[in-house]
Amino acid sequence: MTTALSGARIAKQIGKKFPEAVIESGADSLLLKAESLLEVADYLKKTPGLDFAYLNYITAVDYYDYFEVVYQLASIQHNHGLVLKVRCYDRQNPTLPSVVGIWRGADFQEREIYDLLGISFEGHPNLRRIVLWEGFEGYPLRKEFL
Amino acid sequence: MTTKTTREITLPTEPFAVNIGPAHPSTHGVFRMLTTLDGEVILNMEPIFGYLHRGIEKLAEERTYGGCVPLTDRLDYLASMSNNLAYVLAVEKLAGIAVPERAEYIRVIMAELQRIASHLIAVGAFLNDCGAFMTPILYMLREREKILDLFDMVCGQRLTYNYMRVGGVSQDIPEEFAPALKKFLKEMPGWINEYEWLLKENEILLARAKGVGILTREMAINISASGPVLRASGVEWDIRRADPYSIYDRFEFDIPTGKAGDCYDRYRVRVEEMRQSLRILEQALKDLPGGEVRSEVPHLIRPPAGEAYSHIEAPRGELGFYLVSDGSIAPYRFHVRAPTLINLTALNDMMRGWKVADLILIFGSIDICLAEVDR
Repeated sequence: MTTALSGARIAKQIGKKFPEAVIESGADSLLLKAESLLEVADYLKKTPGLDFAYLNYITAVDYYDYFEVVYQLASIQHNHGLVLKVRCYDRQNPTLPSVVGIWRGADFQEREIYDLLGISFEGHPNLRRIVLWEGFEGYPLRKEFL
Repeated sequence: MTTKTTREITLPTEPFAVNIGPAHPSTHGVFRMLTTLDGEVILNMEPIFGYLHRGIEKLAEERTYGGCVPLTDRLDYLASMSNNLAYVLAVEKLAGIAVPERAEYIRVIMAELQRIASHLIAVGAFLNDCGAFMTPILYMLREREKILDLFDMVCGQRLTYNYMRVGGVSQDIPEEFAPALKKFLKEMPGWINEYEWLLKENEILLARAKGVGILTREMAINISASGPVLRASGVEWDIRRADPYSIYDRFEFDIPTGKAGDCYDRYRVRVEEMRQSLRILEQALKDLPGGEVRSEVPHLIRPPAGEAYSHIEAPRGELGFYLVSDGSIAPYRFHVRAPTLINLTALNDMMRGWKVADLILIFGSIDICLAEVDR
């Protein structure tokens, strides 16, 4: 069984290195500050004992007040998992750092989120629409669309 | 006066762009590969897709939890049973619904039959791309037909089954199902041996597929590859074993892996997985208990507000559903973790430097279903 690592435990562990990164910790998840996402992600991937080399998926949800982007991580070596969450409060021009440099599996998924929810990922090498055509108006998975 | 010999005549080449697809027999659907070629060698390949985008994630937000099951059939239509299973597991996790024992066994039987059916198409189409035109795939369609007959028996459908329900399955298996499955289990190993006898050591297949389109172990993990693509690169990662869902912890089976991560290994892993699925099927049929096949679940399910992610080992990799509930009768967010979309991430790296004929083969070896890529 894949063990879900406790958010509180990880928060404590990364708190020493990045004291202001974690906003809130859940049972199996961490809510991070957008500015700290990349350094925390890099730390989680490279620290022995955590070794989160595998990114299961990324998705985003529109909660009206903010967008929440969800990263599900796994370690094939230790068979444990963790969820990272980042919120984006700007509806006009939501921007987050791209994790493609850390996990390349994020490539198409970040493009899809950009395409369907309109969140830009800074540092993505090829941020273009992926399933809809260039010139399509609006972002279908936003709640105000239809 | 000197004449020019052929050696001195240089043929200047320059890169040129060629569109392969969207409608090309080798793309298994509508997929466009915008390739930059130098002669026959691939310099760059850009995948372009979305032609089959139906907005399933958005459509699901307007349907009840039970009403989303037919939508999942239309994701990977070669493995609809697996899609049904992944989705109902996610709803059951979100709403905390228990499933009767008999239904769990029936689900496993359907999911494993589906894996065999799907791998038969995958392997057959791959060999077709290899140049073994039509003969192997027709052999494999012959066997797939028998599985479709079994599905027809339980739910009256041959492609989009809509068989699983939140809390169980739609109806019990009919009387004639178990004998028919037994017959299939008895015959199938012989058919797999037949393919192996024809193809495993085939000179042309070895020459075409060995060492072609290598995906290294590190890269496979880094691009979040899953399923046979990941295992062929030497990573022993099968969600049925790593994070058992339903009742998979009760069965004995091996996880076939490859070493090189080339097209040949991906083909081998799929053939071996069919044998392992047969092993699981035998155990599941032997232990199949009696009883109900569907627990009492209200027509309109209202899971408590919250979120759940549930994943299964579908024939093409890790298929997961991320559902967010706001307490109403319809999902607030319905996200599909599509294995084939993510497996395509490294396609360009796998193809660069190979020739056009290899491009067809490498693409075929990943085994994608465009309905799932585009959703």
